[in-house]
Amino acid sequence: MAANSFRPRVLTALAGLLALSFGSLADSRIEDQAEQFFRSGHTNNWAVLVCTSRFWFNYRHVANTLSVYRSVKRLGIPDSHIVLMLADDMACNARNPKPATVFSHKNMELNVYGDDVEVDYRSYEVTVENFLRVLTGRVPPGTPRSKRLLSDDRSNILIYMTGHGGNGFLKFQDSEEITNIELADAFEQMWQKRRYNELLFIIDTCQGASMYERFYSPNIMALASSQVGEDSLSHQPDPAIGVHLMDRYTFYVLEFLEEINPASQTNMNDLFQVCPKSLCVSTPGHRTDLFQRDPKNVLITDFFGSVRKVEITTETISLQPDLGIMESSNKEDQIDEERMEPLKYAEQLPVAQIIHQRLLALPCPWCTPQHDCLIRED
Amino acid sequence: MAVAVRLALIVLLLLGPGGWGHTEPSRDSLREELVITPLPSGDVAATFQFRTRWDSELQREEVSHYRLFPKALGQLISKYSLQELHLSFTQGFWRTRYWGPPFLQAPSGAELWVWFQDTVTDVDKSWKELSNVLSGIFCASLNFIDSTNTVIPTASFKPLGLANGTDHYFLRYAVLPREVVCTENLTPWKKLLPCSSKAGLSVLLKADRLFHTSYHSQAVHIRPVCRNARCTSISWELRQTLSVVFDAFVTGQGKKDWSLFRMFSRTLTEPCPLAAESRVYVDITSSKQDNETLEVNPPPLTTYQDVILGTQKTYAVYDLLDTAVINNSRNLNLQLKWKRPPENGYIHYQPAQDRLQPHLLEMLIQLPANSVTKVSIQFERALLKWTEYTPDPNHGFYVSPSVLSALVPSIVASKPVDWEESPLFNSLFPGSDSSSYFVRLYTEPLLVNLPTPDFSMPYNVICLTCTVVAVCYGSFYNLLTRTFHIEEPSKGGLAKRLANLIRRARGVPPL
Repeated sequence: MAANSFRPRVLTALAGLLALSFGSLADSRIEDQAEQFFRSGHTNNWAVLVCTSRFWFNYRHVANTLSVYRSVKRLGIPDSHIVLMLADDMACNARNPKPATVFSHKNMELNVYGDDVEVDYRSYEVTVENFLRVLTGRVPPGTPRSKRLLSDDRSNILIYMTGHGGNGFLKFQDSEEITNIELADAFEQMWQKRRYNELLFIIDTCQGASMYERFYSPNIMALASSQVGEDSLSHQPDPAIGVHLMDRYTFYVLEFLEEINPASQTNMNDLFQVCPKSLCVSTPGHRTDLFQRDPKNVLITDFFGSVRKVEITTETISLQPDLGIMESSNKEDQIDEERMEPLKYAEQLPVAQIIHQRLLALPCPWCTPQHDCLIRED
Repeated sequence: MAVAVRLALIVLLLLGPGGWGHTEPSRDSLREELVITPLPSGDVAATFQFRTRWDSELQREEVSHYRLFPKALGQLISKYSLQELHLSFTQGFWRTRYWGPPFLQAPSGAELWVWFQDTVTDVDKSWKELSNVLSGIFCASLNFIDSTNTVIPTASFKPLGLANGTDHYFLRYAVLPREVVCTENLTPWKKLLPCSSKAGLSVLLKADRLFHTSYHSQAVHIRPVCRNARCTSISWELRQTLSVVFDAFVTGQGKKDWSLFRMFSRTLTEPCPLAAESRVYVDITSSKQDNETLEVNPPPLTTYQDVILGTQKTYAVYDLLDTAVINNSRNLNLQLKWKRPPENGYIHYQPAQDRLQPHLLEMLIQLPANSVTKVSIQFERALLKWTEYTPDPNHGFYVSPSVLSALVPSIVASKPVDWEESPLFNSLFPGSDSSSYFVRLYTEPLLVNLPTPDFSMPYNVICLTCTVVAVCYGSFYNLLTRTFHIEEPSKGGLAKRLANLIRRARGVPPL
């Protein structure tokens, strides 16, 4: 009898053990999913893309910046969250044989300028001062929203810079330069003001690795197209346009990004391998010691895309119109001023009035603003 | 009928104020039009205008419902108390001499002029803030507008809309000639349109065609206009204009035939559903010029005639809201063709082949009366081989005279010639009819001086080269190949002994 009752007890115990193990497996899967949900701490994405070179023969720098702009827009970051700074206009340049286009591949295969581009800082506005003001947020009052970096402490920011550079500096428009120390200090200001959650800095210039050597703020990952002492080279010229179209590093980065879609799980380690020495001639470098997460856990879309965490709910919410506001606005719309006398248009060239004005203007050498010197006509 | 009207009135009253399910008649309307003007030089100008009229007073800031009028601009008007705003971006220059007068010209670069209302206290501060906001909206460097490039015109730039008196203190004008216009300025401009490049005339606005032009100008004009004929209340009018001139040689590859597809790489597929009027006008005033007639395809259903800029013009009208013009199964691709009547002339040209045959050019021309016609031919002089020159090359070479054979109308009718009866000088050419006579004339021959080479040069070169070769090479050859050895003079011989004998006999010292 004891043996008979023992067997079902063993069976139930076994079943219980199995259930427990399944349960713990399920729990760990839920934990994995929960961990994935909270993997990166950002809620919004920003991008600051800067091209610092002027003149037609630096076409490739504008093409570099526009190809990153295109990828970033394609992966979901809207124009309102992108600050695009182009130091010269290549698309509508008189030397461009195909106006309103900027090509990245020869034989005019890919127009990275597109039909829907918004450049925030153009031509003479791309200066070191404006760049640092955008980063730190210290813009003059009256700057429109599209020219501000309105990031918060949960923003992941991608900063891409390209142009001509050297050991420790980057040249802006052939007239001034930004040093790596200034850049590092600007990032530290951003950290102190909690203007970013994580920052990815990519630079494609000669000796680009020197620009990230001095960073000291946390949560920054940096990539550069060449080491100190090496030059970054351009990729291919187009005989119809007459200039080199792209730089090698950004060309291969663009090809890599063309394969990414908003749902892909590619991580940063793949981006580090993008341009080996055989293709790029220079040695791309990267710096991850300031970054807290492991690069293999960082998705490309964390910086290049704008993937939002979505929670699906099945509750319904009904919206009640505020009848009070609607009625008052309707009433206001219907009662417009009805004037007694009809209004009239102004004469475009009232000769008599102009001459009369001149006769009334008294010479007044001690007055400063113009309107004080003229007697106002009412 | 009266019952129906009364019913309709009652229905309207029921749907009137109160309740949130009612719809009131919309207070804004959109009109869009495109004017295509073939220009005298073979180019074609296209002018788009999109006009949104809003029957509302924007003075109060309580307005929150924007339908067709863009919110970005409506908020500008109320925040900065604008009376009028005119902003234009232009690339190129309108060549009035070749193209005729423009509808509305703008200076190269960016131009902004604004009338503020008289309630504004600090006009300069509002001006600065307004230019900053506009630079953000239109992606242009309008923030560079400051007191160094702003003026207050006193005589010109009067308000283009309703005005309550013009105190120039409230006007500001600035121009930035360095401003570049490109797709980034067109993109926000297009986004202000109600149909926003999806339907209607705005589908034709593609940047890669619009910037491949000799002249490109886009503008935004905001002004108050009369709402009705009595003009007792104000409506706000927003006009967005875009003018481009397509060059016959750059974009047209030398042909003067134009179509919508060739100009814009698009055709019109459907009208904008938000537009009250959507029309295309084609200028057919100068439909006959230089013996060419302009043919517009498909033929227009209506035409419009008026005096525009001082001259009487006729336009072919295509109404996109008319289903006969455009519908689901038919796109509208306007084509303009210049047809030349068949010429009754003749030209025969046979080019020369070196050392084989000469040029031959024959032309049959009809000379207009009371005029001078000049026919000229350009030719190039080629170099001959040095053996082909005549012994007297500096004389020159002759080009044979040209021949002119003409039928000259005669003033007096002549009777047919009888070859046996009339004198010999009258029967050289057989005359076919009595109204003209045949004559053959020749021009002078042309003497052309060809560049002559120096014929003595071959002789000089041969002499010099041979001398040098002989002297240098010969000497070296001798030095290298001859061996030198010392020779003992010989003591005597039979001839020498005989000579000494004779010398002793003569008394001369011996050899």
